[in-house]
Amino acid sequence: MKAKFIFFINFSLFTKFYNRTNIQMEIFTPGGPLLIFLASLFTSNILLSKFLGMCSFIALSRNMKTSFGMGIAVTFVTFATALINYGIHHGILAKGSVIFPDADLTYLEFLIFILVIAGFVQFVEIILERFIPSLYFSFGIFLPLITVNCAILGVNLLMVDPNLNFDLFKTGVYALGSGLGYCLAICLMAGIRNKLQDADIPEPLQGLGSTVIITGIMALAFMGFTGMVELG
Amino acid sequence: MIYIQAILTLAVIGTGLTVLLLVLAYFFARYGTCKVKVNDREPFEVEGGGKLLDALYDNKIFIPSACGGQGTCGFCKTRVLSGGGPLLPTETPYLTEEEQQCGTRLACQVKIRNDIEIQVKPEFLNIKQFVATVDEATMKTGDIREIHFKLQPGDAIEFHPGQYVQVLVPSKKETIFRAYSIASVPADQDSIELLVRLIPKGLGSTYLHAIQPGDQVTFTGPYGEFILDQDPEAELVCVGGGVGMAPMRSLLRHIAQANPQKKAWLFFGARTTDQLLYLEEFTKLQKELPNFKICYALSEPEKCPDWNGETGFIHLAVEKLLEKNDNPKRQAFLCGPPQMLEAARNTLTQKGFQDCNIFADEF
Repeated sequence: MKAKFIFFINFSLFTKFYNRTNIQMEIFTPGGPLLIFLASLFTSNILLSKFLGMCSFIALSRNMKTSFGMGIAVTFVTFATALINYGIHHGILAKGSVIFPDADLTYLEFLIFILVIAGFVQFVEIILERFIPSLYFSFGIFLPLITVNCAILGVNLLMVDPNLNFDLFKTGVYALGSGLGYCLAICLMAGIRNKLQDADIPEPLQGLGSTVIITGIMALAFMGFTGMVELG
Repeated sequence: MIYIQAILTLAVIGTGLTVLLLVLAYFFARYGTCKVKVNDREPFEVEGGGKLLDALYDNKIFIPSACGGQGTCGFCKTRVLSGGGPLLPTETPYLTEEEQQCGTRLACQVKIRNDIEIQVKPEFLNIKQFVATVDEATMKTGDIREIHFKLQPGDAIEFHPGQYVQVLVPSKKETIFRAYSIASVPADQDSIELLVRLIPKGLGSTYLHAIQPGDQVTFTGPYGEFILDQDPEAELVCVGGGVGMAPMRSLLRHIAQANPQKKAWLFFGARTTDQLLYLEEFTKLQKELPNFKICYALSEPEKCPDWNGETGFIHLAVEKLLEKNDNPKRQAFLCGPPQMLEAARNTLTQKGFQDCNIFADEF
């Protein structure tokens, strides 16, 4: 009760401040940062609406600790690579870019984005192993798995969709939301699978079978918000 | 023009990333030379960045590892006293809580980043590497091959019956070892004998089934913790099937040579008569030795009309023939498929065997 109350006060203070100072940041309007964040977290959840990143989602959702580690690692890599690839997209690949303004090289996105993601993961691995060993040991084992995680490539390819027309800030918000959305989904799954451990599941549905069905039901639940929050 | 731009873009980004990573690896992923101290020995130096297991092998310390360093067998447990870094999630499934607390690690997962001090069991330091030549190989059943190796002149292998060796399987990519029990007796120090069952697509067994007399094979050993009790009154009960015969044959022939008064039982289970191993040899031995008894049992006797021995699963034969006895020194050596061993273990416990005296080697 108390926590809710404090949140309510803070929220009303925030809106008061927001109205009084008249900052022209359309965070609540369609296509605004807050809605992009919520949409990428729930209705356009990269995992549950596009079914990208299923491989690691199924393989690593057996226990909560691993799931959370993987989720945080995915969030970090998605966020960082999205910003780098935003630069590459608008600097080199897109029509009207800084370096090649006349050429439309967007068909190279697949190749270049995956190169950047793989290179970035290697980069982080080397740096972490050398300078922050404790962090390396706690999520270092997930990094190699991330190199080929299609959720990350998916976010990178979707964010440059010309229909969405994201600027750098919105790209960051979208990538962060998608990463956290992946984290949320995999942690929820780990929780459910943990509960199901003692359940008497019919043999053909044990393991993969029940996991995929649960994923489907979870996706339905997440879709419930469609119409309230949408991307773009 | 647009193609040139595309190729240029790809080339620049690709090369840029490669160069960046190479530079980083050059500056940050080097650990210099590190010292490895094993027990009380003089420390040796290795290039940092490699796995502890590989460093030990390079320096002639052959601790057991059946999976070849992939972290799937859990045999290469080593106590790391200092410099091992934190425990990795890839190791925890193989270590008990107690082992984790006293610093036990899997040597194949520990990366050498700085000076490191470890402790291995003293008997592992006696393990040596041998090169042997095949001098005889015969098929004993449809898929089991008996291979006889001659060590190089001057070499001698000292082992206890029931121990095993690790055969190096030649591979271009990595070091692969596969474990096989020794079937020969310790008295023959200049040769060893292995029994190998062919497993389709198995790396070790296809290799050992393909080699011919004259070929050379590298192996390390001996490994294994079973120590035979020398007391003649302390009965040894061997229960097994298939290639599980190998260590039991070593044990029983050793008893026949060195301690012929010792009480011993051999229980051997097979499906049909063509899977029986060394029946004549052990029948002869049974007649010669006063306290040695054998029992071969078939689980599918209906296919072999001329069989008049025991039938049914082997643990039922153990239940029928073995006396109940509370002698705490009685030992049992089990070697065979897991289901057989589990059933045999239950039966032996009922017959008064103590848990610590039942040694099981599953495959």
